[in-house]
Amino acid sequence: MSLWEYANPAKFMALSARILPILAIASSCLLLIGLFWGFFLTPADYKQGSTVKIIFLHVPSALMAINAWLMMLIASLIWLVRRHHVSALAAKAAAPIGVTMTLIAIATGAIWGKPMWGTYWAWDPRLTSFMILLVFYFGYLALWEAIEDKDTAADLTSILCIVGSVFALLSRYAVNFWSQGLHQGASLSLDKEQHVDNAFYFPLLICIAGMVLLFITLVLIRTRTEIRSRRLLALRLRNN
Amino acid sequence: MWSIILRDIKLAIRSGGGFSLTLAFFLIVIMIVPFGVGANLDLLSRIAPGLLWIGALLSCLLSLDRIFQLDWEDGTLEALATSPIPLSGIAIAKATAHWITTGLPITLASLPLGYLLNLNYEAYFWLFTTLAIGTPTLSFIGTFGAAITVGIRRGGLLLSLLVLPLYIPTLMLGAQCVSKGTNNPLELLALISAISLMCIALLPFACAIALRANLK
Amino acid sequence: MLINIENLDCRRGNKLIIANVSLCLKTGECLILKGPNGSGKTTLLRHIAGLNSKNINDLVNADIAYSGHLDGVKSTLTVYENLQFWAGIYKSKNLESVIKTLNLENLYTRMAGELSAGQKRRLGLARMLITNAKIWLMDEPTVSLDQATTRLVSDAISNHCQKGGAAIISTHVDLDLPESSVLDITQFKPHKDTKTDPFLEGTF
Repeated sequence: MSLWEYANPAKFMALSARILPILAIASSCLLLIGLFWGFFLTPADYKQGSTVKIIFLHVPSALMAINAWLMMLIASLIWLVRRHHVSALAAKAAAPIGVTMTLIAIATGAIWGKPMWGTYWAWDPRLTSFMILLVFYFGYLALWEAIEDKDTAADLTSILCIVGSVFALLSRYAVNFWSQGLHQGASLSLDKEQHVDNAFYFPLLICIAGMVLLFITLVLIRTRTEIRSRRLLALRLRNN
Repeated sequence: MWSIILRDIKLAIRSGGGFSLTLAFFLIVIMIVPFGVGANLDLLSRIAPGLLWIGALLSCLLSLDRIFQLDWEDGTLEALATSPIPLSGIAIAKATAHWITTGLPITLASLPLGYLLNLNYEAYFWLFTTLAIGTPTLSFIGTFGAAITVGIRRGGLLLSLLVLPLYIPTLMLGAQCVSKGTNNPLELLALISAISLMCIALLPFACAIALRANLK
Repeated sequence: MLINIENLDCRRGNKLIIANVSLCLKTGECLILKGPNGSGKTTLLRHIAGLNSKNINDLVNADIAYSGHLDGVKSTLTVYENLQFWAGIYKSKNLESVIKTLNLENLYTRMAGELSAGQKRRLGLARMLITNAKIWLMDEPTVSLDQATTRLVSDAISNHCQKGGAAIISTHVDLDLPESSVLDITQFKPHKDTKTDPFLEGTF
């Protein structure tokens, strides 16, 4: 049995119906535990005070903002190469969630930025990159809305997503030449020296895991909706 | 391919657009800035590189929807798609014609317009070089955007929304390179050239996929 | 055999329009597609022209020239410039003789935008001749034309077939072509129960 079988809409609907409740429960448990631990059971930072605790929302949402696009990229490639309808619809379903994650990341960043840097917004490379990511999401969504034929829309948004990924990456590195950063370095990395302290590390990991599961849950729900609306369209066409 | 380029240039001139419309728009964009920010020469000289680049970018945007739209409406694109020339070749020809009718005149006009904005003496060389290398990127990205939106009625606004984010890296590097002046801009110039070459090499294939999807 | 198609399915978007099409075309033959509006004539022609899918190329063994509902005529170019453009695309050298055959000499320097519907169609035919392609695919070539111009179009097609070409033409009008066979395309209408869309499979 291959993974590709679930590219069939009916099979995908059956499978996703079974795993959705599990995913929903798991993600809400992880997020509740992670956020509770992070907000109430961790010490305040010696420099940043309690403001640091917004990290438990900021980092996971920022990660998912980028990973949502990455997921769309992979789904788009699968659609263009193997032409599985579910894949194209999953990419479409992920985009609004990506927008929300990006907005959360920008908003929490701004709230954190005010006490730390004295301003809600600065044209820092990382902040700017997220703003750019946001307009890429908007363009992608607008293109989906503008095209009537669903398969053409899937083709065109997929190719836009792929080309957009390259240019989003280019922008990410181009901004480094354009402005000096205020943003702190990576919170998590393979290089141990750079890590946040262990007291923050574990609740942060739990929050991230919770956010990943939340993202998958939402994508599944939205993909199911998209599949249903495509089925409605197909039924209408057949009865005409 | 030459016949597509020649014909597109001829069409651009005939339809009254072509060089003059783009240049007039470029002039107006540059001209209204002092009206908005004041005629302080020091200030203008500081923001001149960015303004000239933004002006170039917007003027480029102006004629993008014509690249494929007219050929789409009168059936030429369909006929071209069944001709021996591959779609990617058509995209290259279209982008080249667009560059000759917009990018090239913009690059040349940027020098006198730079004088109007009191651009630093050393910056002229870099302005000319970055625009000469960077405007082909703008045309190729624009052609890609036009290929995607060709089937959409009144796709002009959407086209801008899709294309402008793709212009960001070129704009950032280009404007930085001009403002840095003598302070080692070669590194930036190399990056602009790299992006330009990448666009010329790869985007025609993306255009071909988009056109094929639209022609279905 | 110029075209030999067996069991071809044609979709528009996700919808299966015609199924199991089999047709073959020999040199000198002219195939006329008949069927009411929406029966899939255009879809089939576009499929053969390679506009809808790429892998059709294996079934078609000669160059094709496709003419759709629109002529592909640029109104701001003169008649000569229009033809010169297509001659450049197909690298063909028969421009002058084509202009003579279709009596376009007196229109030479006229802007294509000023032409009448019949004259425009002549220009479209000239493009087909310039391509030097063996197979002509024409979608409703005589729509909105008077009798004289319809005559001209059918003459051009039969001439083309006599010179070793072939054509597939969709039309409602009787073109009165020798050596032509009629293909009723309604016979390829997909059966009501055929699975036409992946979203209709299964229950959910």
